[in-house]
Amino acid sequence: MPVNVETVIFFLLAAMAIGAAVGLLLSRNAVHSALFLVLNFAVVSVFFLFLAAPFIAMVQVTVYAGAIMVLFLFVIMLLGAELLRGGASGRWHSALAVVLAAGFVGVLGYVAFFSGIAPEALPNVDAGFGGPQLLGMDLFQTYLLPFELTSLLLLVAMIGAVVLTRDARTRSAAGPGARP
Amino acid sequence: MDNFWPIVIEAAIKSVFIIFVLATGFAYMTFAERRVAALLQTRLGPNRVGPFGLLQPLADAIKLIFKEELIPGGADKVIFLLAPVITVIPALVILAVVPWGPTAPIHCCQVTIPGLNITLGGAYFTIQSGLGLADVNVGLLYILSVASIAVYGVVLAGWSSDNKYAMLGGIRSSAQMVSYELALGLSVVGPIMLAQSMSMVDIVNAQSRVWFVVYQPVGALIFYLATLAEVNRAPFDMPEAEQELTAGYHTEYSGMKFSLFFMAEYIKMIGVSAIFATLFLGGWRGPMAEQVPLLGMAYFFAKIAASLFFMIWLRSTHPRLRYDRLMALGWKVLLPLALANVVVTAAALIDTTLFAIVVGALVLIGVVALAAYAWRRRASAGGRAAVAQSPAT
Repeated sequence: MPVNVETVIFFLLAAMAIGAAVGLLLSRNAVHSALFLVLNFAVVSVFFLFLAAPFIAMVQVTVYAGAIMVLFLFVIMLLGAELLRGGASGRWHSALAVVLAAGFVGVLGYVAFFSGIAPEALPNVDAGFGGPQLLGMDLFQTYLLPFELTSLLLLVAMIGAVVLTRDARTRSAAGPGARP
Repeated sequence: MDNFWPIVIEAAIKSVFIIFVLATGFAYMTFAERRVAALLQTRLGPNRVGPFGLLQPLADAIKLIFKEELIPGGADKVIFLLAPVITVIPALVILAVVPWGPTAPIHCCQVTIPGLNITLGGAYFTIQSGLGLADVNVGLLYILSVASIAVYGVVLAGWSSDNKYAMLGGIRSSAQMVSYELALGLSVVGPIMLAQSMSMVDIVNAQSRVWFVVYQPVGALIFYLATLAEVNRAPFDMPEAEQELTAGYHTEYSGMKFSLFFMAEYIKMIGVSAIFATLFLGGWRGPMAEQVPLLGMAYFFAKIAASLFFMIWLRSTHPRLRYDRLMALGWKVLLPLALANVVVTAAALIDTTLFAIVVGALVLIGVVALAAYAWRRRASAGGRAAVAQSPAT
């Protein structure tokens, strides 16, 4: 691999991403863990920028780091579940974790170095690749049905959340169709 | 890679310029706010330090530097220290994609200091450079993503202070910002559709004849209101409602850490004004701006100043909204209006007949919804009146 500025930046960012992930796992405070996860998401979005996918990078920050993690933090703070109790997990937990992690690293290494599936280098892409225009064309022409189905699914989930959070009093007053 | 360093140096110079302008703008914005509010309320305002009180921001800064910095005993120290920083950085970087002028020739460099016989820099050269830090094809999405990160500083400040008032302020503000982000995101879809691009430079270029506020009056209004809520300005300054929450999320902060929050608030005001001017008021465009780039920057600053003046005006003449009213406005008025605005704009871009049909259908839906709302309100008011009368009779 030629050593240029991009390579240096890549390894710096990779170290940050791994550091954030380790911090997320090791910290005993749920709020700190959530913040490490936000940092991880931010670094991953920079990786998307490197891969010529600016749209996905921005959506990654807006949706995951911005919206979803704020809700996570909200829940952690409101429930007062910041501090984890130590020593709850048994010894077989860590043993299992080590075995699974070793297996995962093995599969990754096989795919990356021996299988021949992984590309040697990133292919050169046209200008405009990964930009909003091409992505929109693909989403709304080639993949229109999956896109609309996903939005329907999200709508159902949203309505479900609204219905579940209404308490019994307002539900009985809502109409004859509502459960008592 | 051979043109790597010139690009980095150019970007660095522009970044320093933006941050310098924003920091100075912040200092004089606090001064302008006090003077203009005083003008509107027939008071004098600060006029003692320097001519017309112009050195007041400097005096304030010196005072804040020498104030004692307190950290509450029960605070989460690391996050307590990080929160002001996390608040300021999004405010500073949000303007990176906004152009402040047309492409201009820039002359450089070869500076000669006569007395010492030293010549700095290489040959004298002229480059064509766009006045603006970056022109990216996802510019508007970048702004939305930075705005969504800005919530963290406030929430973390409230949580880490270990103070119930700060905590309530932080939670209120995060709920408010998350709610208004929806209307904000939908209101910028109109300009994107009209310019057929998310790049801020393309959006400004698309407004060379008519400003988008003419095509998108509803979108502009929703955007302005939503950004006021997003930067916690009056009449949406719920998170720091003094009467209920002492000072909201920054109750426990003092000295420079407090002034960082203050700085973030004012820089965000400048930032959203700049974005509003770019999206709806034609950015740097104006008569003769293309020929004289500096005039373009002057137009841009004038538009920002007008928007900021309007914000101060609103703050000094309007009372604060109650919290439930604020949420109702965001969810029940601004969000449906923004959605309808998107639908109408899309229809208008396709066909006049479709536009007429869509507008007719939306008006019908609106009338039905209003009638249903009025009927329910009357019914519940009648019920309440009956309950209120029953003990009396």
